[in-house]
Amino acid sequence: MHSWLNEHGDYLYRFALARLRDPHQAEDVVQETFLAAIKSPSFAEQSAPRTWLTGILKHKIIDVMRKNVREVAVSDLTDENEDSATDDFFDAAGHWADKPLKWDMPENALEQKQFLGVLQTCMDKLPAKAAQLFIMRDVHETDNEEICKELNISTTNAWVILYRARMTLRKCLEINWLGS
Amino acid sequence: MLSCKDASQIISQSLDRQLTMRERFALKLHLLICKYCKQFSQQLHAIRAALKLANSAVENDDTVKMPSETKKRLMQSIESS
Repeated sequence: MHSWLNEHGDYLYRFALARLRDPHQAEDVVQETFLAAIKSPSFAEQSAPRTWLTGILKHKIIDVMRKNVREVAVSDLTDENEDSATDDFFDAAGHWADKPLKWDMPENALEQKQFLGVLQTCMDKLPAKAAQLFIMRDVHETDNEEICKELNISTTNAWVILYRARMTLRKCLEINWLGS
Repeated sequence: MLSCKDASQIISQSLDRQLTMRERFALKLHLLICKYCKQFSQQLHAIRAALKLANSAVENDDTVKMPSETKKRLMQSIESS
C-alpha cells in the first residue's frame, strides 16, 4: 500500500483536484480512498491498482459533491423559482431572441486560458443548484443516471436544469468572451 | 417542424441521453435550414470540450502533487489501520 501511495497518490490527488477544485476536499477524498482500499478484502489481488483506486475515488468524489449540493439546496431557495427562465431566450414564436453566433474557438494556450476564465466566471453566476448539476455532468463527466440517483431528482428534471444552465452559459460567454 | 426553442432543448439533451430516431431525424432537418441552432450546438460542444481539456490538463500536470504533509499523515493512518 505504501508503494501505491507513492506511485498513484499524486495522480489521484490531481484527479480529485480537477473535479472538486478544492485542495482540502481533494486531500480528504484521496485519504478516504486509500483507507477504503486497504480495508477491501480484494486489494491484494488488484492487477491494475490505478484503475481500481480511481474507481473508488470517483464514488468518494460524488459523495462530496452530493454533500455540496445538499448544502446548496438548503441555502439557495431561489432555484425553485426559475420556471420561466428560458422564456427570455426565445420570442413567442420560438425563435432565438439572441441568435447564437459562430464562435472561433481559441487555438493557443493563452486564449484557451482566457476562455476558461470567462467560462468559470459565467459558471459562478449560475443558480447554485444548476451550477452543481452542470459541473457534475459536463465538468466531471459523471453519468447522468448516477447523478439523478445521487441527487434524488428525475432525469427529466435534470435535463431541464442542465438545459437552462447551458443556455445561460452560452449567452454569458457570448457577451463576455466574444465581447472582450 | 421544430421551432428553435424545441430544437435547442433536443440539442442540449443529446449531450445527456441517446435521442430517439424521430428526434434525430427532426433535428437533422431543422439543422439543415437553421444556422443559429447549428451554431448553438457547436457552442455547447465547444464548452464541453474546453472543460474536458482543462480537466485532463490538471490530471496530467506532474507538477501538481499531494502536499507532503498530507502524504505523511496518510502513511501514518494506513500503518495504524
